[in-house]
Amino acid sequence: MRLERRDQSSLALIVAAPVAAIIVSLTLSGGLIALAGANPFDAYFEMVKGAFGSRLSISETLTRTTPLVLTGLAAAVAFRAKLWNIGGEGQLYLGALVAAWLGHNIASVVPAPLAILVILLAGMVAGALLLLGPVLLRIRLGVDEVVTTLILNFIVLLFVSMMIEGPMKDPLAFGWPQSVSVDRDVLLPKLLARSRLHIGLLIAVAAAVLIWFVQTRTVFGLETKAAGLNRNAASFAGIALGKTMLGVACISGSLAGLAGAIEVTGLKGYVTLDLSPGYGYSGIVVAMLAGLNPLGVVITALFVAIVFVGADSMSRALGVPSFIADVIVSISLLTMLVCLLFTTYRVRR
Amino acid sequence: MEALEIFASASLWGAVLRIATPLIFGTLGALICERSGVLNLGIEGIMTLGAMVAWMTVYQGGDLWTGLIVAALCGGLFGLLHAMLTVPLGLSQHVTGLGITLFASSLTYYIYRLSLPVSSSPPTIEPFQPLAIPGLSDIPFVGEALFSQTAPTYLAIFACLATAYVLARTPLGLAVRMTGENPHAVEAQGLDPIRIRIGAIITGSAFMAVGGAFLTTATFNSFFPTMVQGRGWVCIALVVFASWRPGKALLGALLFALFDAYQLRLQHVVESAIPYQVFLMVPYVLSIVALIVMSRRAKVPQALMAPYRKGER
Repeated sequence: MRLERRDQSSLALIVAAPVAAIIVSLTLSGGLIALAGANPFDAYFEMVKGAFGSRLSISETLTRTTPLVLTGLAAAVAFRAKLWNIGGEGQLYLGALVAAWLGHNIASVVPAPLAILVILLAGMVAGALLLLGPVLLRIRLGVDEVVTTLILNFIVLLFVSMMIEGPMKDPLAFGWPQSVSVDRDVLLPKLLARSRLHIGLLIAVAAAVLIWFVQTRTVFGLETKAAGLNRNAASFAGIALGKTMLGVACISGSLAGLAGAIEVTGLKGYVTLDLSPGYGYSGIVVAMLAGLNPLGVVITALFVAIVFVGADSMSRALGVPSFIADVIVSISLLTMLVCLLFTTYRVRR
Repeated sequence: MEALEIFASASLWGAVLRIATPLIFGTLGALICERSGVLNLGIEGIMTLGAMVAWMTVYQGGDLWTGLIVAALCGGLFGLLHAMLTVPLGLSQHVTGLGITLFASSLTYYIYRLSLPVSSSPPTIEPFQPLAIPGLSDIPFVGEALFSQTAPTYLAIFACLATAYVLARTPLGLAVRMTGENPHAVEAQGLDPIRIRIGAIITGSAFMAVGGAFLTTATFNSFFPTMVQGRGWVCIALVVFASWRPGKALLGALLFALFDAYQLRLQHVVESAIPYQVFLMVPYVLSIVALIVMSRRAKVPQALMAPYRKGER
C-alpha cells in the first residue's frame, strides 16, 4: 500500500475534509464523554444549547469567536508562507499590554475615536515587532523559528506578570495582579446592547476579507504563496524571500497583537494573566481546520468558539470536565491533517 | 560577595543534577527522534502525560518504578501516533507535533480531572527518596552534591551514556543515524527507513514521558496542570545546542540546570531589588541564546523534516 499524488483535488473533497475531520473527532471525543458517565448525544446537545440556546449564549459565542478569527488568521497567513509562527499567544499578550497602557494614559490627551485607532495600531505594532525578532534570526542565522516563538510565549507571559504586579499594577485591585484599566472613552462600541459583544467581531471579519483579497489578488499574496510552496523556485523566479518573509511576519504578528488589543479595549478593559485561555494556540487549530483559507478561518473560529462556550455550559449541566473542549479541538486538528492529506493523495495498492 | 558564595554550597550542585534530570531524559528523547530524521514537537504534551500517568499509577497504589514504566509505555503510544502521522503519511512534522502536544496535554488534564474531584490542594504521593551511594556519599561536599541523588537521576546519566554508545557503536545506531542523513541509502542497504523511524520515535517519546514522570515522582510529589512549564521546548533547543550528540546533550542540560539552580538561589540574595519574573525568564532566554550561538556550527541531520516516501524523490 502506498500514497500516490492525485492529479487534481475536487472541490467536493476539499469541503468534505473538514466535515469528516470534525465528525471523526466528535466520535472519538464521544467515547471520552461516555467515560465520564454522560451520554455523548446529551452532551453534544447541551453544547449546542449552551452555544446557541439563548440571546446571551449566542452573543457569548460570537464574543469568543472574535480573538480566534484574528489568531487563526495570524497562523494561516504565516503557515501559508511556511513561516511557523507559534508565538501567537505571546504576541496577543504583548498587544494587550500595550493597549492597556495606552488606553490608560492617552485617553485624556487624544480624542476618543482617534485614541482607539492609535491603541489598536500600537497593539498591532507590538505583535509584529515580537515576531520580527525570531524571523530575522531565521533569515540571518537559520535559527528555527518554531522553538524561538514558542519560548518567547513564556518570556512574554512572565514580562506581563512583571508589569501587572509592578509598574502597571492597578492600585485599586486589592493586591490581585491586574493591570490598570483603560479609560471608558476608548472602549470599543458594543455591537449588541446588553451583551458583551463588541465591534471587534466586525474588525476581525473585515481583516479576514482583507487578507483574502491580499492573498488572491495581489502580487505580494502570490509571492507569499510561492515562497511557501517551493523556496528554490520562488527565489529563481526573482522573489526576494527575505523581504517576503518579513512582510508575512509583520502581517501575522500584527493580527495576533490586534487580537490582544481588541480583547482589552472591547471586552476586559484591563490585562490579567488569564486574559487568553490559549487563543494563540487555538488559532493554529483554527487555521489548519480552515485549510489556511482566510475566509474559512471565520467559520472554523466559530466552530472552535462553539466547542469552548458549549463545553463550559455542558460541563456545568452534566459534570463532564470542561477540558473536553481542548480534547475535541486538538483531535480535530490531527484528524484534519489526515483528511487534508487525502485531498491531495490517494491510497494505491 | 553573597552572589558568588552560592557556588560554594553543595546544595546548589545537588540541585543542578535534580533540575537537569527531566531535561536529560527529554533532550535524549528529542535527540533520538531527530537523529532518525523526525522532529517531535509532541514533547511538551508527552512530558505532561508522563508526569500525570506516573503520578496516578503511584497514587492508585502502584510502585514508583511501575509508575515510570507506565509513563514510558504511554509516551511510546503517543510516539507511535506521531510516527504514524509523520512517517508513513508524511504529514508536516511541525504541525503534527504541536497537535500531539495539544492532544496529549488536554487529554491528560481531562483524565486527571475525571479521576479526582476538584480540591484546593492537589493530593500527594511518597516520591523517590535520595539514594546515597555507600562510601562515595560520605565524601564531604562532593558526596552531598553528586552521590545523594534519587535513583532516576543516576538512570538519566546511564541512559545518556547508553544512548551515546548505541548511536555511535552499534549497527542499530548506525541505521538510525543513516536514516536521518539519507533514507534512500538505508533503503539501498535492504533496511526499511520507515520502520527505523517509527521505532526511533517510539523510543524517544518513551524517554520524554519518563522525563515528565520525574517531575511528579521525584522533584514534586503531586501533579498540577501546566507543571511542565515549557521544559519540552527547552529540550528541543538543547538538542540543537548539543549538535545532536548525546554527550553534549548531557553537558547542555547540566549547564542549563546550573543557571536555573543559581537563579533560584540568587532570588533570595537580591530579595525584591529585581522582580522575581526576571529570574524566571533566565532559562527561556538562555535557550534562545543557545540556539543563536550554535546555529552556525550545528550539524543538522540532513534528512531532518524531509518525509520519506518510497519511490518518490
